[in-house]
Amino acid sequence: MDRRWPDLFTAVPLITPDAYPPMSEQKPPIPWWRDRRVIPWLVQGVVGLAMLVVIALLVGNLVRNLTAAGLLLSWRWLGQPASFDVAESLIPFDAAMPYWRALVVGLVNSLRAIVVGLVGATLLGTAVGMTAYSGNGLVRRLGRIYVEVIRNIPLLLQLLFWYFVVFLSFGNGTEALQIPGVVLAKSGLYLAWFAEGWSWQGPQLVNGIWQAPWRFSVEFAALLTGLITYTGAFVAEVVRGGIAAVPRGQWEAATSLGLHWSQSMRSVVLPQALPVIIPGLNSQYISLAKNSALAVAVGYADLYSVAETTLNQTGRALEVFLLLLGAYLVIDLLISAVMNGLNQLVQIRER
Amino acid sequence: MLSHPALKAIRRELFASRTDGLISLGLLALIGASLLGLLRWAFLQAQWVVIQANSTLFAVGRYPLDQQWRLWLLVALLAMASGLSWGLLRAIPRADRSGVLWPLNDRIALALLAFLASWAPAALGLSVPLQARWWLITALLLAIRWSAGRWGRRLPPRLLKLVPLIWPLLYLLGMALISGGLGLVRVPPSEWGGLLLTVLMASFAILASFPLGVLMALGRRSELPLLRWGSVVYIEFVRGAPLITLLFLGQNILGFMLPGGLAPDRVWRAAWVLTFFCGAYVAEAVRAGLASVPAGQQEAARSLGLTVPQALQQVVLPQALRIALPATVGQFISLLQDTTLLSLIGLLELLGTARTVMANPDFLGLTAEVYLTLAVLFWCCCAALGLGSRALERRLDPTHSPA
Repeated sequence: MDRRWPDLFTAVPLITPDAYPPMSEQKPPIPWWRDRRVIPWLVQGVVGLAMLVVIALLVGNLVRNLTAAGLLLSWRWLGQPASFDVAESLIPFDAAMPYWRALVVGLVNSLRAIVVGLVGATLLGTAVGMTAYSGNGLVRRLGRIYVEVIRNIPLLLQLLFWYFVVFLSFGNGTEALQIPGVVLAKSGLYLAWFAEGWSWQGPQLVNGIWQAPWRFSVEFAALLTGLITYTGAFVAEVVRGGIAAVPRGQWEAATSLGLHWSQSMRSVVLPQALPVIIPGLNSQYISLAKNSALAVAVGYADLYSVAETTLNQTGRALEVFLLLLGAYLVIDLLISAVMNGLNQLVQIRER
Repeated sequence: MLSHPALKAIRRELFASRTDGLISLGLLALIGASLLGLLRWAFLQAQWVVIQANSTLFAVGRYPLDQQWRLWLLVALLAMASGLSWGLLRAIPRADRSGVLWPLNDRIALALLAFLASWAPAALGLSVPLQARWWLITALLLAIRWSAGRWGRRLPPRLLKLVPLIWPLLYLLGMALISGGLGLVRVPPSEWGGLLLTVLMASFAILASFPLGVLMALGRRSELPLLRWGSVVYIEFVRGAPLITLLFLGQNILGFMLPGGLAPDRVWRAAWVLTFFCGAYVAEAVRAGLASVPAGQQEAARSLGLTVPQALQQVVLPQALRIALPATVGQFISLLQDTTLLSLIGLLELLGTARTVMANPDFLGLTAEVYLTLAVLFWCCCAALGLGSRALERRLDPTHSPA
């Protein structure tokens, strides 16, 4: 401070003008490629140019090669008769019907597997996820072992195991696995259901062939078992994480109100865990939908498997790929939309 | 009566109430019955000859028999490199360890390795010279581990810094050894198979997808619209489609998109598809990591005078990647599992080889043995990756207090 005192009394500037170097020598002008206003445009220009060149090369080659092969984008073949049969179908189909119909059959089959798989995986996953908070040490550890075993084995391997080792090991006719209401034979999975007039109708052996109100193919059963047990393990982790996010005091409060374990889980903890669980479920559901394309490995006629047959018959690789891409994109978006709606519903409303 | 702590624990865990006790007893009976059934099947009924007779096929596929010395050499080099790295890791004192040369984990690993080397080759029914090779390789690993742990500290620090470099060098050398060229007989990728192909595909895709994923994550968070939208389109395109349709793209359409002669063969096409597929998922994991680094870190780095790339490289990315580590390794684990899908497009990786073996009339109907073996193999690999990731996470955790 006292160093500044002379300033007050003298008019002599402390820094003489010649202490400053002239402006031009002080800083060389910034080169244009280091100018902050130019850099973003420079970077984007270079990246954009590279992207353009690569895309132009790829698409140019694609168009040239496809034209040479006579396979340039065209959708007329969709109307031609498919001339192949699809193993199972919810809507009427035979080989004389056009390709688009076959693809729709595949899509319906895929959707059936996805919807049933979603429900099953959610139920199984929620149950297993809740075991992590069981008071019974054995139940807790079994849940843990299930998750760790399933998550570290490839899904494709599991599907093949279920199909070739488990489901194809049952015989037909009287050699089938028979549990009251359920029959598992090589020819399919038969389930009991209500017949007319609320009477219970189980599977029956008629002339050596099983008949029941509900029949699923072995391929469908194997695919679903694999998808549900696999996705169930991931859902269990999501549910476990969601429950862990609920403060411990909520458990204690519910218990001190006299609620049982199951009551407090159902009416206190799970509802509060849902806002955490649902976004996690969303991504698991989408991966289940995408994994359903592995049905081709167990011979279930899903969208991908029909599309592959279509490709083999028509050679229309690009169109088939675009259709597949579009179909799975729409399915993903649908699942996301439903889950986002659900998420809005379960958000805790603060007063 | 129930005074022993173990008994008390059992009572508390399994028999807290009457229902609990009933559930526990039921489950115990179920577990006992299934374990008994499994053991009886494994030791009395299963015909493990399908694995023994095809062990070479499972390991390397149809790799030419007279060229397999190259793979043995590679395995020996890998064993030496792992022994060296492992030993030095223990020899160099760190803040969080008291410099114990053989901690408990290492003793367990040692026992496991010794057991594997003596049991696995014998169980596979390998000839005595082949068994001896495995003993030799294991002995080499352990000897180098021991000497590196013992004398590693005396090496000059400049040399020590160079040691991690042996891994990328070894990777390149391994690729050269496997594919040939430069005086060695060329072995085209169509002759690679089995575990060799699985490991090659997975390691290549993991190594290549990581930088790709980091770049895409940075692109997605960039302020430049072109970079951001480019990354978003790529990531969402890949994540929206099942891997099998992308492999379909690689096998059926990619050939049309590249100028003739430039298109790689089927194996490498699949490898690139796997890389681009995994890259998109790694990008999402890294993006989550980047999002969890507070904006103040970037601002503080910038106000210290670091340029944007410097701030990213030295301040933001190290934190983001550490946070993203578990999710990224999770993606790598699922990538390793996804290599099985290559069997659906006709490549003979582990599962593809297994399917050709099971189609062999000599081994018809032995599906359970083959699938179970593969499942155990994949389980061990994936679980090991998961364990490694958790160990790395602990080591990188800055708040971790030395135990």
